[in-house]
Amino acid sequence: MRRRASLLQRMHIDGWLLLLLLILGAGSLFILYSASGKNVDLLLKQASSFGIGMLAVVVIAQFDPRFMARWVPLAYVAGVALLMAVEVMGHTAMGATRWINIPGVIRFQPSELMKIIMPMTVAWYLSRHNLPPRFKHIVISLAMIGVPFVLILKQPDLGTSLLVLASGAFVVFMAGLQWRWIVGAAAAVVPIAIGMWYFVMHDYQKRRVLTFLNPESDPLGAGWNIIQSKAAIGSGGVLGKGWLLGTQSHLDFLPESHTDFIIAVLAEEFGLVGVCLLLLLYLLLLARGLVITAQAQTLFGKLLAGALTMTFFVYVFVNIGMVSGLLPVVGVPLPFISYGGTHLVTLLSGFGVLMAIHTHRKWIAQV
Amino acid sequence: MPQPIRLKDHEKDARLVKRRVLVGGVVIILLTCVLIMRMYYLQVIQYEHHSTLAENNRIHVQPIPPTRGLIFDRNGVIIADNRPSFSLTVTRERAGDWPSVLDAVVEVLELSEDDRALFERRVRQGRRPFEPVPILFELSEEQIARIAVNQFRLPGVEVAAQLVRHYPQQEHFAHSVGYVGRINEQELKRLDPTDYAGTHHIGKTGIERFYEDELHGEVGYEEVETNARGRVLRVLNRVDPKPGKDIVLSLDVHLQEAAENALGGRRGAVVAIDPNNGEVLAMVSQPSFDPNPFVTGISFKAYGELRDSIDQPLYNRVLRGLYPPGSTIKPMVAVAGLDAGVVTPQTRVFDPGFYQLPNHSHKYRNWNRSGDGWVDLNLAIARSNDTYFYDLAHKMGVDRMHDYMSRFGLGQRVALDMFEETAGLMPSRDWKRARYRQPWYPGETLILGIGQGYMQTTPLQLAQATALMATRGKWIRPHLAKSVDGRLPVDPNPMPDIVLRDPKFWEYGIRAMEDVLHGARGTARKVGDSSVYRIAGKSGTAQVVAIKQGEKYDRNKVQERHRDHALFVGFAPANNPQIAVAVMVENGESGSGVAAPVVKQVMDAWLLDKETGQLKAEFALPQTAEVSQR
Repeated sequence: MRRRASLLQRMHIDGWLLLLLLILGAGSLFILYSASGKNVDLLLKQASSFGIGMLAVVVIAQFDPRFMARWVPLAYVAGVALLMAVEVMGHTAMGATRWINIPGVIRFQPSELMKIIMPMTVAWYLSRHNLPPRFKHIVISLAMIGVPFVLILKQPDLGTSLLVLASGAFVVFMAGLQWRWIVGAAAAVVPIAIGMWYFVMHDYQKRRVLTFLNPESDPLGAGWNIIQSKAAIGSGGVLGKGWLLGTQSHLDFLPESHTDFIIAVLAEEFGLVGVCLLLLLYLLLLARGLVITAQAQTLFGKLLAGALTMTFFVYVFVNIGMVSGLLPVVGVPLPFISYGGTHLVTLLSGFGVLMAIHTHRKWIAQV
Repeated sequence: MPQPIRLKDHEKDARLVKRRVLVGGVVIILLTCVLIMRMYYLQVIQYEHHSTLAENNRIHVQPIPPTRGLIFDRNGVIIADNRPSFSLTVTRERAGDWPSVLDAVVEVLELSEDDRALFERRVRQGRRPFEPVPILFELSEEQIARIAVNQFRLPGVEVAAQLVRHYPQQEHFAHSVGYVGRINEQELKRLDPTDYAGTHHIGKTGIERFYEDELHGEVGYEEVETNARGRVLRVLNRVDPKPGKDIVLSLDVHLQEAAENALGGRRGAVVAIDPNNGEVLAMVSQPSFDPNPFVTGISFKAYGELRDSIDQPLYNRVLRGLYPPGSTIKPMVAVAGLDAGVVTPQTRVFDPGFYQLPNHSHKYRNWNRSGDGWVDLNLAIARSNDTYFYDLAHKMGVDRMHDYMSRFGLGQRVALDMFEETAGLMPSRDWKRARYRQPWYPGETLILGIGQGYMQTTPLQLAQATALMATRGKWIRPHLAKSVDGRLPVDPNPMPDIVLRDPKFWEYGIRAMEDVLHGARGTARKVGDSSVYRIAGKSGTAQVVAIKQGEKYDRNKVQERHRDHALFVGFAPANNPQIAVAVMVENGESGSGVAAPVVKQVMDAWLLDKETGQLKAEFALPQTAEVSQR
């Protein structure tokens, strides 16, 4: 048994993760083919992104987490610098400045990098002290989270900034943040929200919130998306209309059907059964992530693995929640399934880190 | 940091993180359950609701307008048909920067800034996305060619064909058949939105309006699958529209032409009715206008010219022209006098040239100032003696006068299917009290007797009253439609026939009318002398009281326009009435001199055989019958 496992082990690959990622990757292409209106070009792009992402998984898995931890402070500073650079000289598209464009070389979103750097940085910081963290450490952690959060929020990119915020906050949570402070923070949300409503928020933002609360109030404007996606999901029923037979998505009623709203396509064509199957795959991934967290040998590894796993769940919950009308619409893609290269590579990189934490644990334990 | 402490911390940390992992796991499972419950709610509990929503999204019903029914004259000559017409449409969503596309259209077709502004208004009115909006109608061949050549720089601009109403007879039937025009806001409110979903035009006047329901037909539809922006992807189901019903009119293009020629370019009105069945054979209001520009949208300038013309071509003189009937109603008044028992055929009145009420100094003058001496009923009609009728009216009184004249249709709408008809006015005591808060004066009764005073009648009413003389009181409402889709029009509100105490009373009146043309002292004997058949008729004059709005333009013209209108009514052949005609010539002055020849020409056109110049065989009574009639 030792010999049989040794090939994967020597390559520092976790079999369970690999299997689940491959299944989700294949499933993604299957749904995307329908959601994109049989756009083969798009499919090939996504497939190659997936290939690059899987390559990243394998490469990242080779690194010792302790080696990563050493470079984390530098990566954090570089990441924040890039976010500031975006602010100064970023490339604007669709009303938001999110990209750094080096013509002919590369165009990328520093905020995506931050999704990985953020939990690493906080995990690195908190793992150097005893747990549970003291008040001083929490304040410093929150400051570390706050700077990139505000920078990304200003781009503006509410979805990504919340995910970065969550990825950092989960580290603090995993580190054993006292419950009284968690409850206290939750209690503070209400007065802060009220204050924001009256003193901070713009009218258009208020309108957005109101539209979320009652999408039918603006059926042709902002409410349109949510009404149509609910119709798509609901009309799928238990078994769905069948692959490539969803009328909502194929007749362009569903906006962004191949990106953020792709779950509606899945729900329309494969019904409740299809959605549950996807959720099952996600749960298996999450379970594996939590097992890795529990088994991780270093504190840095534990905190990081836990945060990455739970952030992944935030993706899933926020995306499905918003498309089905439970949560307001913020731009959060559905992991693996939504079209988008950067997002997919970032996501898979996270799983590469998880894999590295897991496959290097024995070696660490032996030392 | 010392090694032992660190090891101890490590274990404690591991326990702490494990507890957090457990908490995280539980939260993840709980929240996943929330998602599944949400999906269950949408996909199972609300399934019906959402699948209906999705289905409604997908399937659009597109209306297909029916083709409008055709209109023929009694011989089958087409009066209104549908022609393919090309219009220029713009689809905003495909035009991209559509204002600049409009600029290009204006440039390509060499149009004006005003047109440009009009286009912009029309494009803005576009309703659904991807719906082409027509901006210019009735494209010429050259315009179509220019668009085709420049198509590459006119994205979203298309030439579309549709059937549009066309009136090949142009101005000849504008006042009777009417025309269709674009549906306006007001009409939109009262129309059935489904039935008119694809229709852009609606009958505005005349037959087109009256028989709108029959002519329009029923809308068809296509169920099409569309995407969110309304672009049609495929047709799922089609229900063909039901075309509108064809209408055959009783009008005769040849008679119409003859009547127009008889008027000879003078302003006036001619109505010819077949008294036996109420069919209107000719209906002329001159001058007229070409209805075709109204269909596609007449320009403001062209409309202004028609509207402001001193000759009032838009004014339907037959149905809306109100004139005092003058002496033309004397035969009816005479018949009424006989039936009321206030006169007999033998009653004689001495005419010194005027009439005076007992104990009144005012002299009511006869048109012949020197007087006609002793006058009986026959001579009173033939000579159009006013004094006799002052006397008759005085004896009858206003109440009975109102009653009898109303039975002849005066003061009310008489036609079955003419939309614009006005009722005119047959005054009464009640009317005067309501209108002027004044009692009725005896003198007012007198002038009623000669068709003057408050009385207002339309040429159609006069023609119908004359037809009633011809049929001895048999009421059939005059109508323009001979058949609608093969069926006769039905009168929902028939008038009661006029039944006299003694049917012979009719003959006294008719005999006198014949004497108008054929008697030794008849006012129109010049016309009668030249006729190969006998005509029963009556002349009249209508005083021009109202000063026309054109006064400020040309004083000479206005003077001419103050002259009396000439009237003449009649039917023929007198012993076998086939046609009843009423003619009004504006400012024609002399009923017998100007209007009577018009009446005769119309009758000739209808009754005479063109080859022989004799009465058509079908209109001549067998000789014996004619003799027995005398």
